[in-house]
Amino acid sequence: MYKLSDNEEDILESLWIEIEENKDKPNTRVLKDESAFQELMDKGLVDINKKTLLTKEGLKEAQKCVRRHRLAERLVADVLDLKDPLIHEASCKFEHGLHHGLEDNVCILLGHPKTCPHGKPIPAGECCSNFEKIPQRLIVPLKELQPGDIGKISYVSAYEGEVLKKLISMGFLPGKQVKLLHRFPSFVFEMENSSFAIDKDLAGTIHVLLLKRQ
Amino acid sequence: MARKKIVIVGSPNVGKSSIFNNLSSRYATVSNYPGTTVELFKARLEIGDKECEVIDTPGMYSFLPLSEDERIARLILTKDKPDIVIHVAAAKSLDRALPLTLQLIEAGLLVILVLNIMDEARKDGIDIDIRKLEKELGIPVVPTVSIRGEGIVELRKVIGQLLNSKVSDFFAKDKQLVEYPPLIEGALMGMASCLKTSYFLSKRGMGLLALQGDDEILKLIEENEGKENVRRLLAIKKDISTKVHQPIEYIVNLKLQQRVNEIKAGVLSQTVKKKKDLSRVLGDYILRPIVGIPLLLCFLYFAIYKLVGEFGAGVCVDFLEKKVFGAYINPFFTSIFEKIIPFDWIRSLFVGEYGIITLGLRYAVAIVLPIVGIFFFVFSFAEDTGYLPRMGTMLDRLLKKIGLSGRAVIPIVLGLGCDTMATMVTRILPTKRERIIATILLSLTVPCSAQLGVIMAVLSQQKGALLLWFLVISAIFALTGFFLNRILKGKKPSFYTELPPLRLPRLSNIFTKTYMRLKWYFKEVLPLFIWASVIIWVGQITKIFDVVLYLLNSPLKFIGLSKSLAPVFLFGFFRRDYGAAGLYDLSNQGLVSPRELVVAAVVLTLFLPCIAQFLVNIRERGMKFALGITVFILLFSFSVGFVLNKMLLLTGIYQI
Repeated sequence: MYKLSDNEEDILESLWIEIEENKDKPNTRVLKDESAFQELMDKGLVDINKKTLLTKEGLKEAQKCVRRHRLAERLVADVLDLKDPLIHEASCKFEHGLHHGLEDNVCILLGHPKTCPHGKPIPAGECCSNFEKIPQRLIVPLKELQPGDIGKISYVSAYEGEVLKKLISMGFLPGKQVKLLHRFPSFVFEMENSSFAIDKDLAGTIHVLLLKRQ
Repeated sequence: MARKKIVIVGSPNVGKSSIFNNLSSRYATVSNYPGTTVELFKARLEIGDKECEVIDTPGMYSFLPLSEDERIARLILTKDKPDIVIHVAAAKSLDRALPLTLQLIEAGLLVILVLNIMDEARKDGIDIDIRKLEKELGIPVVPTVSIRGEGIVELRKVIGQLLNSKVSDFFAKDKQLVEYPPLIEGALMGMASCLKTSYFLSKRGMGLLALQGDDEILKLIEENEGKENVRRLLAIKKDISTKVHQPIEYIVNLKLQQRVNEIKAGVLSQTVKKKKDLSRVLGDYILRPIVGIPLLLCFLYFAIYKLVGEFGAGVCVDFLEKKVFGAYINPFFTSIFEKIIPFDWIRSLFVGEYGIITLGLRYAVAIVLPIVGIFFFVFSFAEDTGYLPRMGTMLDRLLKKIGLSGRAVIPIVLGLGCDTMATMVTRILPTKRERIIATILLSLTVPCSAQLGVIMAVLSQQKGALLLWFLVISAIFALTGFFLNRILKGKKPSFYTELPPLRLPRLSNIFTKTYMRLKWYFKEVLPLFIWASVIIWVGQITKIFDVVLYLLNSPLKFIGLSKSLAPVFLFGFFRRDYGAAGLYDLSNQGLVSPRELVVAAVVLTLFLPCIAQFLVNIRERGMKFALGITVFILLFSFSVGFVLNKMLLLTGIYQI
């Protein structure tokens, strides 16, 4: 467990995104002058002689930073209902507070989301791998709602083509309000003056922010 | 000048057909889209001095097609080059319809938006500012209540104006209504500059579809511009895909929806909270198992058993058979032919035991027509009230066990009317796997109404026979489905459906639908019945049938049936219902024992599909499949007959 300053975390984060996601070479010249960069070198998280800059430990730590940032984004977007230009700003502050297992709690609360609001993947944490049904979540899959519950679709986790296209064509998109009517034999819900029936598998791919519990 | 083309599009259950019928006072024609089984309704429409052709398309939920139906609807837009596109939407679900409207407009089509079923929207307290919506979209918007004919005059007026004016008066070219995220916009620009030829759709529209991986569009571009250009387009798509972490179609649709929400916020206000009206309460109760399952059984008992079985196959058939044909038509024609044709063997072609009139026409009109007609009426009723998708919702879990989804209730229930028609309707099932399972079940186990009616009539004379037949057929249905689900590879089906509000159907609509279906049925069936008569006649006078009947003796004996039933099985080859009707005749003459009756009924139900269905099987599933399934059914039905016969003898239920 390293104690890192906000600045250090931001550097690790941007390095990780450059290297892991964009498969690019990080721009070292800008960074080298920063004192935070120096600090990271002292902690053994970055190595100026390495091509990818991040050491093995650094890579791990950086991934955690990215995870915190994107979880924070989900949190402010889904739960706190913040709109787009503000999401980034708010989550930049939020993320630095998500330590000591707090990030995992947020992850659990949100139902282990797979992507941030901008669609980038959230690196999985320990809590995601031994993911069990956890009660008292705010964001739940539609299939876990009870009849009478009202929620707002926050994201759909079906990223394979056909299923996603079905959901899109029926208009099951983030922001829409749904009210569950039946769970059995099929999941029946109301959305904007229309009723729909879907099976359990599809109901598991639509995640909603609970607004009203029956 | 060429006739102008007007195409009607929109999602299912928004009253497209009703708008179509209202616009075209003239007789409509039904035809298949070339090379497919998708039906298209076309009619002529005169507005002022202009004559147009109106085409009603299958329902489409989105511009990117998912099913065969949607693919055809889209193909008409890209290939048939309509002069005007009428997008029909349910007013109360404006926000689900507008993404399609936006895409149609951006694709460069001349769109009129029709907000139909305004009465339901008003009832829900929804108020839409039509003028403002017109301004936002830049197209004419017409509110209607099509089943009452409201707003049709205005719609005609708008069409007239569009036809008489230059396009540019109304529509700005290359309109952009949606601003996609910069990456997507960049890609669209890139794609537009790649496209060298001009298409009926705008370059922006083409690009947007290509970007979402629309094979059809890519194929069209390849035909016009060659592989090289398609490769360039795909490179752009790939480049974008690596830069975003969500599927492109998801991003596009999110943005579309966002734009729709903005538009909606400006034009729509919902004042009253929607009330719990009867339709809503009922619609809700039907979906509770405690109400829904008894209701389903009631529906099957009253609608199918009582109405189709007892009334159709009993009362109506009795009347037509005995009174109309027995007392008037048959004697009338027999006496005429006796006068004009001296040769007995020619006369028997028309009025003999297997004559075209006395057998073919009689079977078709007196036995099959009343049963099938009443069934189609019941089916159209279930369809128009909105009960059918609710039935699917109730049965989805059960149907999943046999590899189908709730959507399959439509072909399966329709199969109780006519298996041939139902096999064509299997195309509404989204995967090939489901279509195969449904086709096999329809061919093997689901009895069509003609057959069902006759079998009910025949078996109800014996205590318990009908129940026994029902149990055996149901068990085979369930087991066959279960094993097919185990054996066949491929993804398990998923189920999603919109549940339209329960509506009190208009009787005239139900009659029109029943009439259309009956017309189709008779066009297909009557010639086959006539042909069957002719073939039987030829078989009889050439003595070929004697040989075939002789050959049938041993398999019949094998399953414990007397040879008097051989003709029934032979006729059953031409049509299952034909065979069943033959059984009806024999049973009336008291020539078959109860045990034989049950065994024969079961085997005939399972028996070879009728020729019409065999042909449809070939058309829908291919020759190899159709032949394979036919051979399988032949062997299987006789095996079941054998086992059943042995069991009946062993248990002593029917010993004679």
